[in-house]
Amino acid sequence: MKLLELNHVVKSFGELSVLKDISLSVEEGEIVSIIGPSGSGKSTLLRCATMLETMDRGEVIYLGRKAAWTGENGRAVYAGKKELKEIRSQYGLVFQNFNLFPHYSVMKNITDAPLHVQKRDRETVFREARELLKKMGLEDKEDAYPYQLSGGQCQRVAIARALALNPKILFFDEPTSALDPELTGEVLKVIRSLADLHIAMVIVTHEMAFAKDISHRVIFMADGVIVEEGAPERVFSSDNERTQSFLGRYGTIL
Amino acid sequence: MTIQQMLVQLAEGMVITTQIFAVTLLVSLPLGLLVAFGRMSKNPVLRTVVKFYISIMRGTPLMLQLMVVYFGPYYLFGLRMGSGYRLWATFIGFSINYAAYFAEIYRSGIQSMPVGQYEAAQILGYGKGQTFFKIILPQVIKRILPSVTNEVITLVKDTSLAFTLSVAEMFSTAKALAAAQTNMIPLVAAGIFYYVFNLLVAFIMERVEKGLDYYR
Ligand SMILES: Nc1ncnc2c1ncn2[C@@H]1O[C@H](COP(=O)(O)OP(=O)(O)OP(=O)(O)O)[C@@H](O)[C@H]1O
Ligand SMILES: [Mg+2]
Repeated sequence: MKLLELNHVVKSFGELSVLKDISLSVEEGEIVSIIGPSGSGKSTLLRCATMLETMDRGEVIYLGRKAAWTGENGRAVYAGKKELKEIRSQYGLVFQNFNLFPHYSVMKNITDAPLHVQKRDRETVFREARELLKKMGLEDKEDAYPYQLSGGQCQRVAIARALALNPKILFFDEPTSALDPELTGEVLKVIRSLADLHIAMVIVTHEMAFAKDISHRVIFMADGVIVEEGAPERVFSSDNERTQSFLGRYGTIL
Repeated sequence: MTIQQMLVQLAEGMVITTQIFAVTLLVSLPLGLLVAFGRMSKNPVLRTVVKFYISIMRGTPLMLQLMVVYFGPYYLFGLRMGSGYRLWATFIGFSINYAAYFAEIYRSGIQSMPVGQYEAAQILGYGKGQTFFKIILPQVIKRILPSVTNEVITLVKDTSLAFTLSVAEMFSTAKALAAAQTNMIPLVAAGIFYYVFNLLVAFIMERVEKGLDYYR
């Protein structure tokens, strides 16, 4: 079964049409990168998929369960509160600027939602959180507060926080673009290491070498449409004019 | 009258002043939060009514508001309230006035919170109530603490306005004693009392601010 299906998603902000009929799907364990120029609607697409933004029209389906569909009047209709809550527990999102809770320690940032949203057993939650911190290379930062961490460390905590809820699919919106180049590497390394957790990942990124290397599939977006999608080798050597002109700017990296 | 006798009377006034102060804070701090919710409500009628209430509370003298609360029941409804109503009217007047000021402070604090905090909470599955009370409010409290301190210090001094309703708090007592005894001491004592009270308020608020220093 498809983990996520987006069908004919349309979204505008006032007069500005940002997503023009976007459809895509994600399989279990699949890693999909979304690339494209600034303003092409990549963030908006992730925000519609994670229901931070209300789309105008279209369908959002997680594991066969409809979160939203187009009603008879042509406007998007969202599922009931309870259904949405359950659907929301299937995915996580890592933000560009982390959005950690500054008043919570690293440990509390990671464990609070599993404890008080999922209401899982305390001991298990803490054990898993410690394992995650270890995986992120942050085992000595349990009691630190976000302001005491570097950007790269904050982003790794944010990734751990998302993983602690055991999502089936994890979205990343430019997880490294708020970071210095030397911190970018450590975060990309961590994301890479998640590949063997068999969580599906959808990653919006400007790190072309990374996208090419890690993805099963690359989607190139421009002006609110998917211009091209396919295996990384195919997209990165595409002879489509728009794809080429976009990738040309990253030429030397590839 | 000996100085001791004067001080005993002043001490009684001090108790009443402290009562007005404590009741006002206990009522207006939570009430202000409710008012702030009303002010930010999606319902335009509620929002407008609350906005009007706030503007009246902030735009007219507290002294006048106290008189309206005290005399209102008689002039509006012909209700005769007993003399015990003086103190109640003071509590009510102060509480609804300060709730309006606190509401605006809460509102500015809530609106200054970055939207990313709400979005992160939503993605993590927190409900609306959890998001507000666990994620947003603690951070808002830290942000608004300096403005709240200002308001609390003003309240200490404002309690003297209860003399309008002849409530025997610190200031009325001191004034009456000074006039009857042609003696400055009661007024000086009252001044010292307000000053020390506010030193204490500043000290406590500073401790609270320090207590929240563990994060930024
Ligand atoms: N809340 C909003 N209100 C109005 N316009 C918006 C809003 N969010 C995004 N837009 C506009 O929608 C367009 C697409 O924005 P989006 O953030 O999805 O682009 P992006 O592909 O993520 O770009 P970048 O690579 O710079 O992050 C832009 O023109 C942007 O200005
Ligand atoms: Mg973006």
